[in-house]
Amino acid sequence: MSGPASLSDLAGRMAAVVGARNCFSAGPDLLTYECDGLTHGRTRPDLVVLPGSTAEVVEVVRLARASGRPIVPRGSGTGLSGGARPVPGCVVVALSRMRRILEVNLEDGWVRVEPGVLNLDVTKHVSAAGHYYAPDPSSQSICSIGGNVAENSGGAHCLKYGFTVNHVLGARLVLHDGKVVDIGGPALDAPGHDLLAALVGSEGMLGIVTEVTLRLLRKPEATRTFFATFPSTDEGGEAVSRIIAAGILPAAIEMMDRLAIEAAKAATGLDWPDVGAALLMDADGPAAEVEDLSARAVKIAREVGALELRLPRNEAERQLMWKGRKSAFAAVGRISPNYLVEDGTIPRSEIAPVLREIESMARDNGLRVANVFHAGDGNLHPLVLYDARNGGEEERAENLGGDILRMCVRRGGSITGEHGVGAEKAAYMADMYGESDLETMQWVRAAFDPEGAMNPGKVFPKLRLCGEKPGPGGLEHPAVKSGEVQRW
Amino acid sequence: MSGSGRHPALDCVHCGFCLPVCPTWTVWGREPDSPRGRIEIARAMLDGAAPTAEMVSHLDSCLGCMACLAACPSGVRYDAVIEEARSRVEASGVRTSADAGRRSAIFSLFPHPGRLRVAAVFLWLWRITGLRWLTRATGLTRLLPFIGRLDALAPDLGFGEVTSSLPAGARAAGTSRGRVALVGGCVQRVFFPGVNEATLRVLSAEGYDVVVPLGQGCCGALSVHAGRDDEARAMTRALVERLEASGADTFLVNAAGCGSHLKDLGHLFRNDPAWRDRAVEFSRKVKDVTEFLAAVAPRAERHPIPGKVAYHSPCHLGHAQGIQDPPRALLRAIPGLELVEVAEGDQCCGSAGIYNLVQVEASDELGARKAANVMATGAPYLASANPGCTLQVQRVLREKGAAVQAAHPIEILDASIQGKPFPGRRG
Ligand SMILES: Cc1cc2nc3c(=O)[nH]c(=O)nc-3n(C[C@H](O)[C@H](O)[C@H](O)COP(=O)(O)OP(=O)(O)OC[C@H]3O[C@@H](n4cnc5c(N)ncnc54)[C@H](O)[C@@H]3O)c2cc1C
Ligand code: SF4
Ligand code: SF4
Repeated sequence: MSGPASLSDLAGRMAAVVGARNCFSAGPDLLTYECDGLTHGRTRPDLVVLPGSTAEVVEVVRLARASGRPIVPRGSGTGLSGGARPVPGCVVVALSRMRRILEVNLEDGWVRVEPGVLNLDVTKHVSAAGHYYAPDPSSQSICSIGGNVAENSGGAHCLKYGFTVNHVLGARLVLHDGKVVDIGGPALDAPGHDLLAALVGSEGMLGIVTEVTLRLLRKPEATRTFFATFPSTDEGGEAVSRIIAAGILPAAIEMMDRLAIEAAKAATGLDWPDVGAALLMDADGPAAEVEDLSARAVKIAREVGALELRLPRNEAERQLMWKGRKSAFAAVGRISPNYLVEDGTIPRSEIAPVLREIESMARDNGLRVANVFHAGDGNLHPLVLYDARNGGEEERAENLGGDILRMCVRRGGSITGEHGVGAEKAAYMADMYGESDLETMQWVRAAFDPEGAMNPGKVFPKLRLCGEKPGPGGLEHPAVKSGEVQRW
Repeated sequence: MSGSGRHPALDCVHCGFCLPVCPTWTVWGREPDSPRGRIEIARAMLDGAAPTAEMVSHLDSCLGCMACLAACPSGVRYDAVIEEARSRVEASGVRTSADAGRRSAIFSLFPHPGRLRVAAVFLWLWRITGLRWLTRATGLTRLLPFIGRLDALAPDLGFGEVTSSLPAGARAAGTSRGRVALVGGCVQRVFFPGVNEATLRVLSAEGYDVVVPLGQGCCGALSVHAGRDDEARAMTRALVERLEASGADTFLVNAAGCGSHLKDLGHLFRNDPAWRDRAVEFSRKVKDVTEFLAAVAPRAERHPIPGKVAYHSPCHLGHAQGIQDPPRALLRAIPGLELVEVAEGDQCCGSAGIYNLVQVEASDELGARKAANVMATGAPYLASANPGCTLQVQRVLREKGAAVQAAHPIEILDASIQGKPFPGRRG
């Protein structure tokens, strides 16, 4: 295929593949794709293309590559690390038209879907039959399965059930050159390299996922939920550690601090009290076991000083409590003009001291931080509140966010629990990994995409992209050696 | 407006929670045709970008169903965003003259019950004379897309219905529990006059004196939703004056589109010091008739209406006014009536004010989806509190060779009180 001469020529050819209405090249259309769920730092792409099938994705990738343009895949654009943020001169391939559920096999417990299918729609599709898809990011009503796979997304119930990686059985991938690869499949444990594990969490850098086979679970026989309030996050954190140390594995155990409670209330009208901290816990499984676990957890919560314990009276009340929790991020928009969502992990036992440290760091910077997070996993989500109209505040907020992440690493945790590295956290990767760790990852990436055409500029520290450092000692990729491609 | 007092478009945090409830995003999957995308476009205009044809097409394709408003955890006032963006478009002169001509033809017809009645008489004649079939057969309706749409939408009417005007009012049966005024609703008055009559009978049976102020024009809702603010303010002022003069302190509305507009006049008059407080005060007294009735103890006996009734939640009732339970509760209280929910019940049917006349393609896609979901309930009856939605759903079902008998919840309640079978038209 010969390369399209100009951008308008490329747009014309893309439009011929996907239909004129699914190819955007005008400024006002492109501006709506300038960012994902992270709004500071916008880049306008050259083109946005919305293919409708794997065959169209293949054509689109070939055309984009023939024109020498990098490709940025995009799902629903809810990512919080700038993973789907365009890079200059790129073609954004948005999968939001590929939303078909292709095959359901309840007997063997799996479903095959297109990548644009929304997380919650998978569960909706199979719930009448008593099944569900377990990973439940708070954004589950809108985030796409393709995005979940790329970010290895987690959610409240991943404490017991595992992250996306534990629920993906197979995937179809379109590589940078238009080749279509099938990885894994419904059968458990396919022989050979576990490429699936490499693909999940690769943040769009290995290719475009165009089909995913997901594992389905049976709905648990019973679920018990309770909501407990505490004077401060100290007691809340203590309750979480003690519950889990007592051998209780809740399906989910989530914590909110005072500011997060305030935001969730504003968004949902819930009558939660104004307290220092609250926990929302689910126990699920066989009825007898659930009764026992939740009774023991309630007892521990009381022992560490819970102010109040509430049990939902019916499913609607339970859903509303979870809605409060799941709206909390976006609801923070009600109490602050701007905010940054950070995402770091720490050992569970460190929750209380780390939250105290975050509070004092915030105070030193004259900023507020709200916390709402997956406490059972020690996966913190500090939300740094600021007002971009106040000169220098955005920068201070970013610095504080960075300091918090570095503190997480110092405490034995990591710079991301589930939101990915994306464009935003590439700079912190060197705080986590040594040189050879990063190089090994780069080799894996280069095996799929030697030209670095797929979602470039994400995940790896910029340093590498400028070629300022030599590659892994002695090892040279054949394509690099022959001068065919440049090192990342 | 946001607590910070900034432009509401700036309150959007880009979480995307509004996308899955947005009908145009659901059918097309395109960001510029989503609430988040439209807010971005509004933001760009706020930053000084001149409206372009692309921007206008994405703003026009918004149904104004306000599902996004109800879904937004951040409390973004999408209604204020879109109305302002649309008035910028109307002020910019970016519309091509053909487009502007077509829109003003619709506006010269719709928000004026008098003119609409003339058009309805014309339609009626056109139908009974057989001309309708002639024009359909020759494809003339395609050449006159607007008349064609109106023809496809309009129910079959008798001459009396076409020429009827507002009923005069009603006295409370038994001792009076209070006095209320009723807003007529222009599309409703012409195409579904039975709804106003049923409303009067029910209110009277429940013990209320009802006044229907004479000389009511359109409330201005259709114009507001399309960004024609000056026209809207003039119409609204006239209606408010008429209703206030009635002396009632509760203003009941039975058309959801009118209700959502009349409850939020503070926004329309935010920059008008002479009217702002008066508008807010007026809005406080506006209630949907189902909201009003569900909150008072029933007095009249309900007779059974056996059968399965699918409930359609109109966007302007469910999303814009947050009225979900009252109409359902009133219907469930009817003995023998089994109320069933329509799948994807939160999704717009594609009718959306004048939308079905100007955004034909999206409207058809949404209508087909809604009709399929209604059919899937297997219910022979449909309860729909909005005349636009009823026209839309019945049109699509008709095209599919299917039919449901549809009525406004208040008509169903009226039939129950009178001991009659399920009312309404089978369309
Ligand atoms: C309010 C809110 C709450 C959230 N809560 C959680 C939470 O609890 N847990 C959690 O893990 N995350 C959460 N997130 C983050 C986000 O929703 C997830 O990262 C989600 O998986 C992103 O999905 P998306 O479809 O929006 O992907 P996008 O944001 O569009 O893209 C994310 C990444 O995936 C890549 N990508 C997308 N589709 C494909 C594809 N088909 N093939 C290859 N690459 C692709 C993109 O290039 C990008 O790198 C939250 C976000 C918000 C706004
Ligand atoms: S009003 Fe309805 S159509 Fe318009 S953006 Fe909101 S949800 Fe979409
Ligand atoms: S839900 Fe609200 S904050 Fe989120 S994208 Fe939509 S309008 Fe913006």
